[in-house]
Amino acid sequence: MAAEGTAGDAAVDVLIVGGGAAGLRAAIAVAETEPDATVAIVSKVYPMRSHTVSAEGGAAAVIGLADSLDEHAYDTISGGDWLCDQDAVEAFVREAPRELIRLEHWGCPWSREPDGRVAVRPFGGMKQLRTWYAADKTGFHLLHTLFQTSLKYAGIKRYDEWYATRLVTDGGRVHGVTAIDIRTGRIETIACRAVILATGGCGQVFPFTTNAAIKTGDGMALAYRAGAPLKDMEFVQYHPTGLPFTGILITEAARAEGGWLINKDGYRYLQDYDLGVPTDKPKLRSMELGPRDRLSQAFVGEMARGRTVDTPYGQVTYLDLRHLGEARINARIPFVRELCLSYEKIDPVTDLIPVRPVVHYMMGGVHTGIDGDTPVQGLYAAGETACVSINGANRLGSNSLPECLVFGARAGAAAARYAVQAERPDGGAVRSQGADERRRLERERAGRDGGRERISEVRELMRRTLEDAAGIYRNRDALDKAVATLADLRERAAVARLDDRSAAFNTELLAGLELGSMLDVAEAIVASALNREESRGAHQRTDFPARDDAAFLAHTLAHRGPDGTPRLSLLPVTITRWPPGERVYGR
Amino acid sequence: MILRVSRYRPGVDAEPVFQEYEVPDRADWAILDALNHVKDAVDGTLSFRWSCRMGICGSCGMNVNGEPKLTCGTFLTDYTGPVTVEPLRGFPVIRDLVVDIDPFLANLSKVSPWLIREGEEPDSEYAQTPEQLEAYKQYSMCINCMLCYSACPVYVLDPDFLGPAAIALAQRYNLDSRDMGDRFDVLSAEEGVWGCTFVGECTSACPKHVDPAEAIQRYKLTAALRSVLPFTRRRP
Repeated sequence: MAAEGTAGDAAVDVLIVGGGAAGLRAAIAVAETEPDATVAIVSKVYPMRSHTVSAEGGAAAVIGLADSLDEHAYDTISGGDWLCDQDAVEAFVREAPRELIRLEHWGCPWSREPDGRVAVRPFGGMKQLRTWYAADKTGFHLLHTLFQTSLKYAGIKRYDEWYATRLVTDGGRVHGVTAIDIRTGRIETIACRAVILATGGCGQVFPFTTNAAIKTGDGMALAYRAGAPLKDMEFVQYHPTGLPFTGILITEAARAEGGWLINKDGYRYLQDYDLGVPTDKPKLRSMELGPRDRLSQAFVGEMARGRTVDTPYGQVTYLDLRHLGEARINARIPFVRELCLSYEKIDPVTDLIPVRPVVHYMMGGVHTGIDGDTPVQGLYAAGETACVSINGANRLGSNSLPECLVFGARAGAAAARYAVQAERPDGGAVRSQGADERRRLERERAGRDGGRERISEVRELMRRTLEDAAGIYRNRDALDKAVATLADLRERAAVARLDDRSAAFNTELLAGLELGSMLDVAEAIVASALNREESRGAHQRTDFPARDDAAFLAHTLAHRGPDGTPRLSLLPVTITRWPPGERVYGR
Repeated sequence: MILRVSRYRPGVDAEPVFQEYEVPDRADWAILDALNHVKDAVDGTLSFRWSCRMGICGSCGMNVNGEPKLTCGTFLTDYTGPVTVEPLRGFPVIRDLVVDIDPFLANLSKVSPWLIREGEEPDSEYAQTPEQLEAYKQYSMCINCMLCYSACPVYVLDPDFLGPAAIALAQRYNLDSRDMGDRFDVLSAEEGVWGCTFVGECTSACPKHVDPAEAIQRYKLTAALRSVLPFTRRRP
């Protein structure tokens, strides 16, 4: 029922989809920038359940006197194989320290030096100590600090456990969001002047991932369907150290604290992959502190040489922490020990940890400018959902948490400033598109008996397709085949069986909608990977093994075409002060 | 292995009923893996919450053979016979294994779970030594999984009781050297710490080794001293 003076069921100035680090930070920024503006968060889980909670190792920001903003920028740009937009990187490194200090002022329990200053640790690809940490539960503490702080702002309205299914757009502008109240099944279209997408990544597109079940690319798909392009979707980060079977992340901090990667012969194999020479103490930008893309590629090299270990859960190498000793493990990386004891029934104090590369992060996402703005007026994105791009072809560990804060804050402030001067949402568009979407969702919920396959079966086939074609190494044949398979799976998903017709907490309906998001994202990943005929960072083409700056020092943009398939174009990279060079680690 | 799962669909079932599912007895499966097997391969209508499956998001708390557990960290091998899975006790059931935790969120807001400071924010961090961090650290480890509420005999009878996690989080800020707040009114009220009868079930149930029972007992002492010496500030 439309309230007096509003266009739809409810109306807010800025509506944020997603309640993780980027979404919460954006909400606070809206409240601070325009205290009279109304702001709401629509999130499919309670905000403190968001996947930010799983981040472990830390958050990078220049703090030490020995460090400089330029060095953080250079590490980030070289780590990203020169695909980062350097103006965005410069803003990022400049604003990251202030953001982490604000988190401190809000209560984040950062680990400390004996004199009371915030402590920093080394991290992969970083040549200075600049990674702030809260033991090895940094994301957990950061998220709970943000969530609890957000409770202070009475003006931040929350739609907890609501699932956004569609953006209302008209005339190149956003007017609202349709969402399902998961608890009751109520479908509502919330009119708004601006939307910020902050739904995180899409690791669930792959079979083996550190990402939580909720990471299904919803925000990316919402934007893509509304006409905003997805950028650099071919760049998928494999983290080198996941636990077999579960895919649970063993943080890079384990290597920063001195852990070694060894093969079946006990040999520190990274020395064979141009990553430096082994030293007892960790050396910055060398060996185990190299970047994630190179370390994951080295694993594949070891597999080809027959130097990995065969287990029921696939090939593994080992992470050796035994020499660190129990006291250091307990003090610095207690969660690593807890996870190993619970899920592998091993103790890293005395045992080797079996690890293998695991899908961890999307460098790509919704194409945005430096304030999170997209080509759709009033539509913003921040965090892993977005590609601004500071991560280029490979993100450095500990850059993603500050990215959520810096660009969440920027998007929040920009959306607030936009919303207070923007025209009211178009009530006609909100009503008619909202009604269309309601009919679609009610049809889905009415059930589908005819389908022979379950949602879970189609989902599993999609995941295997992505791993086969868009894994650590890619080639044209496999990608071509994946394009055809995904087109087939899209048709099968549309008729897959839905048994649950309940209104309340219908998670099967959600799984079907999430599969739709994932298929959109999967098609963009595969098409973008096919188009980029070079190897750069996390995108390695065996048929085009070299980086090709002449043709591909550019972002891939994927627009959704009229037939639903991606249309690709290239956008030049912004270079400010660091011309493309060689990525050098360990020498 | 047999899973006996509590089913409840509002508007359809008058009250919860049990449904049995046969699941492979895999040594590497958590209870959550078995539930997901049911959902994906056997019965798509079963509803439950889960996300990170690494014991940190706090979504998948359920009652397993009568005890509140995180189902992602409780394994089939921990049990011999049939495993009974029910929603967490002490909360209204929304559907199947999903409970309504909104009352907790309301209680959490009541204790002002944020850092309270006066004056301008400085450009640099507030100093805090490792010892000062240690003083509140364990209370900051709460993942809001609600197992302690489910285990608490007081909360089950009196939903107005602030409850273990909300009080532990209030103490998390009270004991933080950077905090200048005062949460006395809400904590010392009838539904605050005095509601607790010191059974200690909350601490036993906590999967993250937080000790809410200790938080509550410590604050009872603080509150008692405050009522004797009403003008004593918490910190000199």
